[in-house]
Amino acid sequence: MIPDETFPDPVTMILTAIADVAPELEPELADLDLDVDFWTELQLDSMDHLAIMTRLATESGREIPERDYPRLTTVNALRAFLSA
Amino acid sequence: MSVTSGAVDATFDYVLPSLGADMDEGRVLEWRVDVGDTVRRGDLMAVIETEKSDIDIEIWHDGVVEAFLVPIGELIAVGTPIIRLRPTGEPDDRPTGEAVDQPSDHRAAPPAPHAAAPPAPHAPAPSVRSRVPASPLARRLAAERGLDLVAVAGTGPGGAIVAADIRGAPAAVERRRPPTSMRTLIAERMSKANREIPHYHLARDVDVGRLDTWLTERNASRPITERLLPAACYIRAVALAASRHRDFNGSWVDDGFEPADAVNVAMAISLRRGGLVTPHVADADQRSLDQIMSTLNELVAGARSGTLRASWMTGSTITITNLGDSGADLVHGVISPPQVALVGFGRSRRRPWVIDDLVTIRPIVTVTLAADHRATDGATGSRFLATIAHHLEHPEDL
Repeated sequence: MIPDETFPDPVTMILTAIADVAPELEPELADLDLDVDFWTELQLDSMDHLAIMTRLATESGREIPERDYPRLTTVNALRAFLSA
Repeated sequence: MSVTSGAVDATFDYVLPSLGADMDEGRVLEWRVDVGDTVRRGDLMAVIETEKSDIDIEIWHDGVVEAFLVPIGELIAVGTPIIRLRPTGEPDDRPTGEAVDQPSDHRAAPPAPHAAAPPAPHAPAPSVRSRVPASPLARRLAAERGLDLVAVAGTGPGGAIVAADIRGAPAAVERRRPPTSMRTLIAERMSKANREIPHYHLARDVDVGRLDTWLTERNASRPITERLLPAACYIRAVALAASRHRDFNGSWVDDGFEPADAVNVAMAISLRRGGLVTPHVADADQRSLDQIMSTLNELVAGARSGTLRASWMTGSTITITNLGDSGADLVHGVISPPQVALVGFGRSRRRPWVIDDLVTIRPIVTVTLAADHRATDGATGSRFLATIAHHLEHPEDL
């Protein structure tokens, strides 16, 4: 996709957030299917979830309400949310 | 003029602390201060490498750094003096005669050589092993691959081994993967627990429906950085119960129970590369849920990045293990000696539940207690669990 000049590529932002919180998983991110539930796929727990969501909220400048968590399980779903 | 204890009214040597009951040696990876720096209580002093992880240690007195007493990277025994402070305002007695409040000059001064440091009378002689220079990443990769660093040629600065050297190391030097040191530590500690502690186990199902609703409503009106997880409520509930039932908060030492004054609730945090660490929330009974949540974020980040503070690791008085929502229904825990109790939280699951003779569906968490039968009995344990349940059932009072 074409990076937006005013807003970093959301996929890169999401993968970077995951890699920052869980550096051990970085090698797996290259092959990550953007349409699978990556929280389950990568065995991330509730503390990882909070840390990653906090980073995304801070970096994108968007609030991510808790009620939206259940549908934000894939990278593509998160990308759509952050780009909307 | 060197003393080894007391306030800094003369020079003061810090010794390598034991950062856990099973640590007898470690190394200084990095100094966080410089010779000549004026330091305050609470400043970070050094990064210490232990078998479990790299830990930041703090300074407990105001003063001026006079000398480093050990070189970086040497394996030294617990109790070895590592750094010398002198009181703030006392003149430097080194021949240069520089004033103490000129840190920029002192930064340039070479640290006192190791040999110049007289060992403290009570400290064991340092046990020193030479160390192959290698980057932290290279060491981690080598450990994962079971490679002996001695067998690897370094291409980094000064012949140091870097990650690329490990990746390029010939398969011929690979050997059967030895047990990681963390596994060895866990094996020793848990074997000791099972050998010496007569455990008893209790369980109680707790309806966390009100807690869930309360958290959802509270978090909905807050930015993500102020949201709470159930784990923070578990820590608070256990801390409040432990402050009331003091027989579960302390240590079993020399055939007797020593209750602790503080309630320092340790949290078992699993690591993705295997194993776990148990840093604590200090004085958790005195802290708000927000403060506990904020500390918990720091503990988990520190645990998973291998940078834990010494003050988080020593002095835990009770431990929690939380299996999380993808975990099992309940845990029959093993106590971490010398503590006398471990509280386990299973996953939250929707179960049929009877309220006022009606069957309904509620989220249920099974809370378990593993306790030391030398210190307490099942009846007191049941009351302790009941108090924890009461706090979880009344989240608005947490």
